[in-house]
Amino acid sequence: MTIEVRGLSKQFGKFAALDNVSLDVPGGSLVALLGPSGSGKTTLLRILAGLERPDAGFARIDGLDLASQSARQRNIGLVFQHYALFRHLDVYENIAFALRVRKRPRAEVDARVRELLALIQLESFERRLPSQLSGGQRQRVALARALAARPRVLLLDEPFGALDAQVRAELRSWLRRLHDEIHLTTVFVTHDQDEAFEVADRVVVMNHGKVEQIGAPAEVFEHPANDFVMRFLGHVNVLDAEFADGHARIGEVRLAVAEHRGDSHGRVYVRPHDVEVARTRADGAIPARVVRVTPLSGGLKVDLSVPALGSRLRADLDWERGTALGLRDGDDVFLSLRRARVFAQGEAPVAAVA
Amino acid sequence: MIEARAVAAPAGAPANAPVAANDEPAWVRRIVIAVAIGFVGLFVLVPLAAVFGEAFRRGIAAYGRAITDPVALSAVKLTFLAAGIAVPLNVVFGVAASWAIARFRFPGRSILITLIDLPLAVSPVIAGMVFVLLFGRQGLLGPWLSAHGIQVIFALPGIVLATTFVTFPFVARELIPLMEAQGAEEEEAAIVLGATGWQTFLRVTLPKIKWGLLYGVVLCTARAMGEFGAVSVVSGHIRGRTNTLPLHVEILYNEYEYQAAFAVASLLVLLALASLVARRVIARRVETT
Repeated sequence: MTIEVRGLSKQFGKFAALDNVSLDVPGGSLVALLGPSGSGKTTLLRILAGLERPDAGFARIDGLDLASQSARQRNIGLVFQHYALFRHLDVYENIAFALRVRKRPRAEVDARVRELLALIQLESFERRLPSQLSGGQRQRVALARALAARPRVLLLDEPFGALDAQVRAELRSWLRRLHDEIHLTTVFVTHDQDEAFEVADRVVVMNHGKVEQIGAPAEVFEHPANDFVMRFLGHVNVLDAEFADGHARIGEVRLAVAEHRGDSHGRVYVRPHDVEVARTRADGAIPARVVRVTPLSGGLKVDLSVPALGSRLRADLDWERGTALGLRDGDDVFLSLRRARVFAQGEAPVAAVA
Repeated sequence: MIEARAVAAPAGAPANAPVAANDEPAWVRRIVIAVAIGFVGLFVLVPLAAVFGEAFRRGIAAYGRAITDPVALSAVKLTFLAAGIAVPLNVVFGVAASWAIARFRFPGRSILITLIDLPLAVSPVIAGMVFVLLFGRQGLLGPWLSAHGIQVIFALPGIVLATTFVTFPFVARELIPLMEAQGAEEEEAAIVLGATGWQTFLRVTLPKIKWGLLYGVVLCTARAMGEFGAVSVVSGHIRGRTNTLPLHVEILYNEYEYQAAFAVASLLVLLALASLVARRVIARRVETT
């Protein structure tokens, strides 16, 4: 089932929750809507589910305009951020709900509920009330309930938001495996880029009700379309720069910029893993001093003070490189920037090399 | 009728939070407790005992005669009939009003919230007089009603109207905070899962609010049966026809039939005690759901 969204807009009072949003979700894929809170992700989901009406634009599933159907008729699976399980019904009846309101025969309901209980590995919990379940279990029941009537598409609103880190990680990979099994077209909302990158085939980065970029996780991370995406996905060093004749001047440092259109004043972005740290001075290297070294999973985070740039910089080194350098607080080092990015307003990124 | 109303705690609130040990000296504690118990004893227990003492003063036979008197029985019947019509009306109104107020933002919403409390703020006698002004023979609608042979004032419809008016806040006031606290997510989930509006109400909303609703119904019923002022104005005190229990008590009392008056009054007291017990039991369920 392919989802097609064209020009969706939604206004709440003076607040534009969605502003002319268009995107495609290919059938059978798993797409993440990624963005900070207030970026319109949840509103988009609620419009697809039929809980909100768009002011403009339309959404289609396999060519059928959703506006022609009420929320009840759409048969879309929706998992709410806080699960919204029926508190007075046990696990079994929660999952059976969609089939009960469709007045399906008892035997069919039972078979489907048992199948889903097995899928979410909660067979022995069928008589528990939601209040007697852990967060992760509730989440799985909410998912099973949404799947019961074999929905055309599955929508998940911050599915792991309210869970602790370990349960989150388990459920994430479980959701990915589940999707690989049942191949249901799925859209999920998250503000966590790790989550989006780990689970999704495609990522839609949203901000202020607009789509900033759509692409595969690696593509979005490697080739951010603009400064918002650059800053939202992982840590980045942001440096104020003056641009003139093919160069960016940051403090006393000059970087060659392939091409720059737009203002004479702007920003240069450098990922921490693109900052090279050396003990010895190479040609064009920038002197810096180590402020603090923090071990991270898989490497070292080094905070540096760089007087020549007039600012601080963060460098991420892998373990091998980090231990080879043997950095300590206060050491003098030399930096080179493997890659720096410049974004012209509303234009494609421009490659820049130190 | 007892006006104090226990506020149902919102879902999830601890029922019995541990009380911090207090540092008050023992004599302070004793005095405070003695004042509280003394007050309740003087103003509640003694009158209660007096009612039953007076009711049985001339023995069980006289008590039995007083409450099985045909006029008394017709008062009992009318009281239950009026409550039996007013309470269901208020359940429908209360659920609809709370649904609208808790779920929607519409112009006039805050006015509606204020107006729901109006019967609690207005003296019941005035409420009764308003109905006489509207539906009485000299009232606004009086000529039209008498032309169609409908009698409202000094008849059952007037009593039901007055009772309904006086008791309509009870269900709504109980449900509005409950429904606002519970939110609408479960209903949204039900609709997305394919439920119709009616299925959503029966399968999701009603089970969520049932204890709060029952609590409101008990309060509403107790008040409906005990209402004096408004009903007194519209009923006309026709013996055996438009007398409710409280009015019957008053008539007996005015005729110096003290024993009979208190015997009938003891029925009202028993109704009140039963509703108190029901409230305790239900309030506990409201807290745990």
